[in-house]
Amino acid sequence: MSGRVLVGVKRVIDYAVKIRVKPDNSCVVTDGVKHSMNPFCEIAVEEAVKMKEKKLIKEVVVVSCGPQQAMETIRTALAMGADRGIHVEVTGKDYENLGPLQVSKIMAALAKKEDALLVILGKQAIDDDCNQTGQMTAALLDWPQGTFASELSMEGDKIKVVREIDGGLETVKINTPAVITADLRLNTPRYATLPNIMKAKKKKIANVKPADLGVDITSRLEVLRVDEPAQRQAGVKVETVDDLIARLKEAGRI
Amino acid sequence: QSTLVVAEHNNDTLTPITLNAITAASKLGGEVTCLVAGTNCAQVVEQLSKVQGVQKILVAQHDSYKGSLPEELTPLILQTQKQFNFTHICAGASAFGKNLLPRVAAKLDVAPISDIIEIKSPDTFVRAIYAGNALCTMKCNESIKIFTVRGTSFEAASTEGGSATSADAVTCPPPAGVSEWLEQCLTKNDRPDLTSAKVVVSGGRGLKSGDNFQLLYDLADKMNAAVGASRAAVDAGYVPNDMQVGQTGKIVAPELYIAVGISGAIQHLAGMKDSKTIVAINKDPEAPIFQVADLGLVADLFKAVPEMTKALDK
Repeated sequence: MSGRVLVGVKRVIDYAVKIRVKPDNSCVVTDGVKHSMNPFCEIAVEEAVKMKEKKLIKEVVVVSCGPQQAMETIRTALAMGADRGIHVEVTGKDYENLGPLQVSKIMAALAKKEDALLVILGKQAIDDDCNQTGQMTAALLDWPQGTFASELSMEGDKIKVVREIDGGLETVKINTPAVITADLRLNTPRYATLPNIMKAKKKKIANVKPADLGVDITSRLEVLRVDEPAQRQAGVKVETVDDLIARLKEAGRI
Repeated sequence: QSTLVVAEHNNDTLTPITLNAITAASKLGGEVTCLVAGTNCAQVVEQLSKVQGVQKILVAQHDSYKGSLPEELTPLILQTQKQFNFTHICAGASAFGKNLLPRVAAKLDVAPISDIIEIKSPDTFVRAIYAGNALCTMKCNESIKIFTVRGTSFEAASTEGGSATSADAVTCPPPAGVSEWLEQCLTKNDRPDLTSAKVVVSGGRGLKSGDNFQLLYDLADKMNAAVGASRAAVDAGYVPNDMQVGQTGKIVAPELYIAVGISGAIQHLAGMKDSKTIVAINKDPEAPIFQVADLGLVADLFKAVPEMTKALDK
């Protein structure tokens, strides 16, 4: 196959960072906090690069929407083996209000422009936990969707997708072009090696604005406030199994 | 004001999370309509007609609804929406709802809201972000509000004494035919379902192997409990991903949650911190899980768990 794969990557607060809510309850603290590529996006990049290595596709194009820092995330994907990048520049207030619907419109416009065979995205981002962008990109393109994928195989001009569902797995066969979203077990993303990081510096990253793509990024969702969840109090330590069982019985739990 | 709840089912039975979604829909006020789309779903319609809070049922039966493919269900929901002009469309935040509703929303040029945990008013919802480490209250200014509902955050609607006045057949739009459902492979399980069990026993990396999970199954069988796992245990290949409790897995809120050999990573806590009583068994007294546990036992799980199983025999 000679198609092109478009992969979306999002820059998020690193998964190991403890989140703090701003005192004015407007959002979480992001300044001076370590950011990295959303882990599910890493899986998406890995899958696309693997497909290229197996010669199932000819090119991997990686897209990220956001301010200047989104370039770092694109570079990381290029170091993993993607061929070129597209930085969709969204800054300031626009970036704060940028949600999955707007990103889907951008991805759909780029998928058409780049004549993509597949769009691969992570199933969700670990910041807003929305789990929507893949499904909505597929809808806007009128393409089928293989969401929460844990295994992909090409079958002629169709793709067989094993999906993670509640209670087990499900297999569907979908036409191409299609949108795929990556779940945890799809693969284990590689680490970029130093030579590949150096090589990635020479790869091209195009800069576009949503308006260049004819996309209106107005959002009709409004964040009213962000709060810390109620903290659970630590309980007591028991010394023995018998003591544990006695207390559970007393509480009526067993 | 009127709400459409997209029912999830397997043609024989209604999936429990639909009952939680019906409760959420009832909270909005206005009429609640359920859409049942399937290949042969008379039994599900029968069950739904007894559910409290449902006023109307719409039934769409066609072979193309086999496997609930979003490519097939989306045109059906759009057609239904065109006919009835619902102000809200919702479903449970399960693999089914998460797969389907964003597709419907994008077609309507509406930003959906995922996995809500509270309804403040018909246009204001609360949802967890950052794996439950922050709660976001958002106002939806869309003309149609589309959302999925976290099952553990809303009581299940009662399955008796229902008030549905009618069950009408809907004309099905022509099949899209771009996707095909091949098979489903559900993990065989004689134990209660993880998300609805009253007691859950979960294991983490401390179990050291998949075989050692047998210790948890033995304990779970004594308590009629479901068995879960942390993401670390899943990533290590001990157990399949559908056992994962956490933000990227299942969200559970049982009466009793027993965490065995689980350190308590943020993303795991997000999936179980609403449990009524939490027990932690871990040999590391500094493990973060003890900060949320009501009862903590610092012990070697390979001794403590069999001892507990034995004690429950008495």
